[in-house]
Amino acid sequence: MSSVYALLFIVATIVLVIGLARKIVQYAKTPAPLKIPTTPAPVTQTGVVFRLFREVVLFESLFKSTKWTWIFSWLFHMGLFLVLLRHVRYFIDPVWLPIQLIQPFGKYAAFAMVAGLAGLLVRRIFVDRVRYISAPSDYLWLLILLMIGMSGAMMTFVIHTDVVAVKQFFTGFWTLSGGELPMDPILLIHLTLVAVLMILLPFSKLLHIPGVFFSPTRNQVDNPRERRHLVDWARKFEES
Amino acid sequence: MAGAEFETPELSEHIEVPELVEGTMEHITCFVAKPNHQEDLGFPGEKVENWKEVAIDKMGDLLSRYRSFQVFMDACVKCGSCTDKCHYFLGTQDPKNMPVGRQDLLRKVYRRYFTFAGKYFPKLVGAVDLSEEIIDDWYSYFHQCSQCRRCSVFCPYGIDTAEISMAAREILDSIGVGQKYCNEIIGKVHKIGNNLGLPGPAIADTLEGLEEDVWDEDEVAVKYPLDVKGADILLVTPSADFFAEPHVDGLIGYGKVFHEAGVSWTLSTTASEAGNFGMFIGSYENMRRVSLRIRQAALELGVKRIVFGECGHAWRIAYSFLNTLAGPFDFLDPDYPVPQHICEFTLNEIEKGTLEFDKSENDDMSITFHDSCNVARASRMGDTPGGQFEIPRKVIKAVVNNYHDMEWDTIHERTFCCGGGGGLLTDDLMEVRVKGAKPRMSAFKNVMEEKGVTHLAAICAICKSQFTKVLPYYGMDMFQIVSVHQLVSNAIVLNRKTPPEEAPDYGDDD
Repeated sequence: MSSVYALLFIVATIVLVIGLARKIVQYAKTPAPLKIPTTPAPVTQTGVVFRLFREVVLFESLFKSTKWTWIFSWLFHMGLFLVLLRHVRYFIDPVWLPIQLIQPFGKYAAFAMVAGLAGLLVRRIFVDRVRYISAPSDYLWLLILLMIGMSGAMMTFVIHTDVVAVKQFFTGFWTLSGGELPMDPILLIHLTLVAVLMILLPFSKLLHIPGVFFSPTRNQVDNPRERRHLVDWARKFEES
Repeated sequence: MAGAEFETPELSEHIEVPELVEGTMEHITCFVAKPNHQEDLGFPGEKVENWKEVAIDKMGDLLSRYRSFQVFMDACVKCGSCTDKCHYFLGTQDPKNMPVGRQDLLRKVYRRYFTFAGKYFPKLVGAVDLSEEIIDDWYSYFHQCSQCRRCSVFCPYGIDTAEISMAAREILDSIGVGQKYCNEIIGKVHKIGNNLGLPGPAIADTLEGLEEDVWDEDEVAVKYPLDVKGADILLVTPSADFFAEPHVDGLIGYGKVFHEAGVSWTLSTTASEAGNFGMFIGSYENMRRVSLRIRQAALELGVKRIVFGECGHAWRIAYSFLNTLAGPFDFLDPDYPVPQHICEFTLNEIEKGTLEFDKSENDDMSITFHDSCNVARASRMGDTPGGQFEIPRKVIKAVVNNYHDMEWDTIHERTFCCGGGGGLLTDDLMEVRVKGAKPRMSAFKNVMEEKGVTHLAAICAICKSQFTKVLPYYGMDMFQIVSVHQLVSNAIVLNRKTPPEEAPDYGDDD
């Protein structure tokens, strides 16, 4: 059974890395022929870095829009971020100091994550506008993430699993030394759903993760009068 | 169509988010372009036989040429942030007028033909085959978007429905189903030089009339020159400025400002249009062709600077795209931005102290300013972000005594569209225009009641025409919309008098 999971995670990692890399290459290669930042926009590259930082870390535009959605999604994303950082300890040895330091925060961040997800799900079901735009996959993502969060929190706070064995299993990946995964049902559910998420991510709306960095309305410098912006396919008109 | 029955929405004290009512605007169809309108622009004259294939190919082509389109198709997480931001949704309750609802009309087809999930699990991700019904939906609802970008302000990924509308319209054009209003107008610009199809002599005649009017009123010979070689400034302004009210009062104002500033300037017959509907249909090629006329005119007339008159989408193209489409402008004076907005020009003169105003001339009015969407969210004025909000307001405040802003969440980058932008300013879309104007009309009415405001000033030809038409629907007066440079024109003191020997002779015709 451990080797099945080993295989699953090898496949999931490959699909995630290659799938995401392909999309990133596609976004990077697709030209943006016109200057279309949503203004007021920064007039320098540094300003754009700050704008993207605010967008990615603080969800600035969402904050301007609806406070409830902002609260729920920010709780979820920041919770997930801390939880992920905490999980780094299962993959490295010795564990870096910053990762050791955030352990207690990462532990309770699971509640923020689950609460945020629950809020988003309630909103999706009860706000008529959001319900109208939801496909089955939109609910499924929330459910998958909720189950990942809850199963993880269960193992932290209720029914512990043998984390030493889990760590041996995953560190064994890099060294090809193997290791036995504890056969706890909650752990297996947790890991299966994580693998599913990794495999589906490059084919889903989770592409908003790379997408936000490539969004021309957010990442362009507002300087069209000062600098001429011309992409290759547009240049061809000038030659003919 | 024109004259069709519909109810004008009731204005409310606050802009309320309505409940969804499906299909309220399904019946909307604007006139389809005739074969000659289509062919003038390089599109098939009629719906092609293999339209499905052509549409999907075109979508693929656009996905590979526009990063915005590709990223926006993928990145939406259906968070709902944009759902209550579109004025057309707020005025119609139709869920397909929610920005994401509109985008999804295209996205569900994108998913079906271009994504793994949509190809193999269409039901799961809401992907559908392209069909006649979907083409009809595209035609209807992508002509109920004014490309105002309000949704893009609030989207956590900056998804801009304007970009998606442009792509959809380009796909529709490519299968031979274009919109008459836009495509006929673009054809006129290509052939005659302006949207209204005004020939050179008609413009010359109008300008002479303006000179006479100003002379009659002020006894100062303010010139409105046309095709003057060697002038310093080429003024490019929307053709509505030549005859429509209140646009023409703005044009009179530009002339007075140039006169007092003591600069030489000219209009051009071949570039007698600032507007560029090529953007509305998403056609880079047509937008470029229309823009090149301006470069050509600047070269032929040998001007040193280009200044744009009051026009919203024109300013977006001028500010954001002109350098790309028709640059480089290295033959112009490098000391000035290319191009400049008339408000930038006027404020600059005000700050230099060359202009004198008698604000009391505008005391019969109390003014508020409508930020036009393309100026507010798709361009800039001046050197700092947000100059597009401050500069027109500074100009207004320099010439009027009574000024009040509308509610903070309906101005600046949050401004509401007039309801007639993006190629919708046509009588066959009157219902969309009236209903879409609801949020702006509400905010205006509120500032009228709370602050005693009487007039709405704008710097966009489309906004001005649209408000002239829709204000009466909401029980207000069509003359409550004014041009910013109309206010300037009212207040400016003409100190550069005309010596008697240079006085024009308009004859005694009475």
